[in-house]
Amino acid sequence: MEFYLGLLQILGVHTLLGLSAYIVLLTGQVSMAQAGFYAIGAYVSAICTAMLGLHILPAILIGAAVTAVVACIVAFPALRVHGLMLVVATLAFGEIVRLFFFNLDWQTVIDGKLIGPNGAEGFRAIRFFPENGWETGDVAGFIWIIVLCVMGILWWIDNSRAGAVLRAVGHDEIAAQSVGLNLTIIKVSAMTAGGFIAGLGGGIFAHTVTHIEHGIFGVLLATFAIAYPILGGIGSVFGTLLAVLFIQGFLIEGLRFIGDWRSLLFGALIVVAMNLRPTGLLGERMIYFKDLFGRKAQASNLGKEID
Amino acid sequence: MLQLSNLSKHFGGVRAVDQIDLEIHTGEIFGLIGPNGSGKSTIVNLITGLYVPTQGQVIFKEKNLTAMAQYERTANGIARTFQNIRLFGNLTVGQNLWVAQNGKIQRRKHFLSRWFKAGGEQGEDVNDLLHFSRLYSKKDVVASALSFGEMRRLELARALASYPEMLLLDEPAAGSSSEDNELLAERIIAIRDRGVTILLIEHMMDLVMGVTDRIAVLNFGKKIAEGSPAEIQENAAVQTAYLGTSEANEVAGNA
Repeated sequence: MEFYLGLLQILGVHTLLGLSAYIVLLTGQVSMAQAGFYAIGAYVSAICTAMLGLHILPAILIGAAVTAVVACIVAFPALRVHGLMLVVATLAFGEIVRLFFFNLDWQTVIDGKLIGPNGAEGFRAIRFFPENGWETGDVAGFIWIIVLCVMGILWWIDNSRAGAVLRAVGHDEIAAQSVGLNLTIIKVSAMTAGGFIAGLGGGIFAHTVTHIEHGIFGVLLATFAIAYPILGGIGSVFGTLLAVLFIQGFLIEGLRFIGDWRSLLFGALIVVAMNLRPTGLLGERMIYFKDLFGRKAQASNLGKEID
Repeated sequence: MLQLSNLSKHFGGVRAVDQIDLEIHTGEIFGLIGPNGSGKSTIVNLITGLYVPTQGQVIFKEKNLTAMAQYERTANGIARTFQNIRLFGNLTVGQNLWVAQNGKIQRRKHFLSRWFKAGGEQGEDVNDLLHFSRLYSKKDVVASALSFGEMRRLELARALASYPEMLLLDEPAAGSSSEDNELLAERIIAIRDRGVTILLIEHMMDLVMGVTDRIAVLNFGKKIAEGSPAEIQENAAVQTAYLGTSEANEVAGNA
C-alpha cells in the first residue's frame, strides 16, 4: 500500500510538470525550461519550510510565485525566437538554473544542524512532512487535491476564450496577429502560468523526496516535461494526465518485473505509442464541458446537422 | 479615411512598394489592382502592420498608425483577410470568430468575462456573423474540415468579428468559381452598406469593375493610374502594364 501511495505522489508531481509544459505548448512553443522552473520552485519552497519555518502551503505558493516571476522575465527574450531556436534558448536557461543551484551554498544553523542548499551535495533534510506527522497517504491526498485544482483551472481555461486564443496563436501566429491578438502578452502569460505550475510541482516534489540536488533537474527531466503533453495529445489536460500514467505508472513502475529489459522496452514502447497515435494518446480533438456533461448540447447539435 | 503618404517598402534592392500616395474615403469600395508582384499584398501588410515601412506613413482617421503594433490597429478599426487562407484550423468555426473579437467595443468588456467566460462561441454576435456568412450549420465543425468556399466565407466573417471600420480584402476570389464570385460581390456590397469601408485587391476584373467605386493600379511598386472603373479600363498605361506594349497598341488601334 505504501508503495502505491508513493507512486501516487510521483504521478501527482509529474502531472503538474506535464501541465506546466502543456499550457506553453498550446501556444506552439516547445519549452525545455520547465525543469529549470521546477528546480526554482523546489529550492525556494524548501528554503521557506526548512530554513524559514513556514507551513507547506504558503511555502509552495511562494515557490510557485517566485518561479512565475522568473518565467515572466525569461519569457520576454526567449519568445522572440521560434521553433528550434527556442528549444535551444530554453535549454540553455534550464542549464543556467541547474548550475546556479550547483554552486549555491547558503546554510544556516537550525537546531544545531546546518540546513540549506549545499552546492553539489544538494539540499538535505527538507523534512516538513515527517516532522509534522504527515503519512504517505496524507501527502498523496494533499498532492492530488492540488493537481485536481490545477487541472480544473486549466480545463476551464480550455473552455474559455483564453484557451481558444492560446490555440489560435499556436496554430498560426500571423493570423492571430491579424485578428488583433497581442502575441507578446499571450505568450508571456502562457509562459508565466507554466512557470507557476512547474514551481508548484517542484515545491511539492522537494518535500516528498526530502533531498534535492542539481542533477535531478537536468535535460532528462525537461524532456519528460515536454514529452507528457506531446505523447498525451494537446487536445485537453486529460492527455497529459494519461501520458504521465502511461510513462511513470506503466513504463517505469509497471514494467519493473522484467528487470533490465525495461530500459530497452521503455523507448521502444514510446515509439510504438507515437506511431499508433501520432497526434497523442487522446489526440488533438478538444474535450469540452459539454462533451462530458451536456447530453442536451450534443442532441441539439445533431439536429442542426440534419437541417 | 485611410491615407498612405509617400509609403515605401524595400526588400534588399527590390522596391516592392515605391512612394505610394493613396487616399481612401469613408464608405467607398476601393479597388487595388496590378500584375503579379506589383506590390498589392505588400501594401495590405503595411497597412495592417505586418511589415514596417521603409519610409512614409499610414494615417487612419487622422491617427498615425505607422509605429503601431498590429493589435492596436485592429482596435482602431482595421481588419483583413489573406490571399492564401489563414484560418485557425484547430478551432471550430464558432471559435474562429470568438477569438477574433478584438475590436474597440469588445475591448471595453470586463477582463474576466472577456477572457475567462466559457461558451462565448455561442454568443449572439458570433451567431449574427454565422448567419450572414451562411455558416450557422457549421458552427461546431473544426475549421480545417470546411470546403474551400466555406473557408473563404469564414475568413471574411472572422475579419468582421472585430467590427472593423475598414476591411482589407486580399484576393478574396482567388480559387473560387464564378458563381461564388457573384455571391462574393453581393456580400462585399452588403458589408459596405453596413458602414465598412473596403479596400479590395483582386485579379478577377469582372468583380473589381463591378463593385468598386474607384481603382488604383500598381506596377512594379509604383502607382500608375487612379480613377473610376471606366477610366481605368480606358487607361493606356494600365493596358501596357497588363498586356505588354505591342498588344496594348493593338487594343488601342482596334478601339
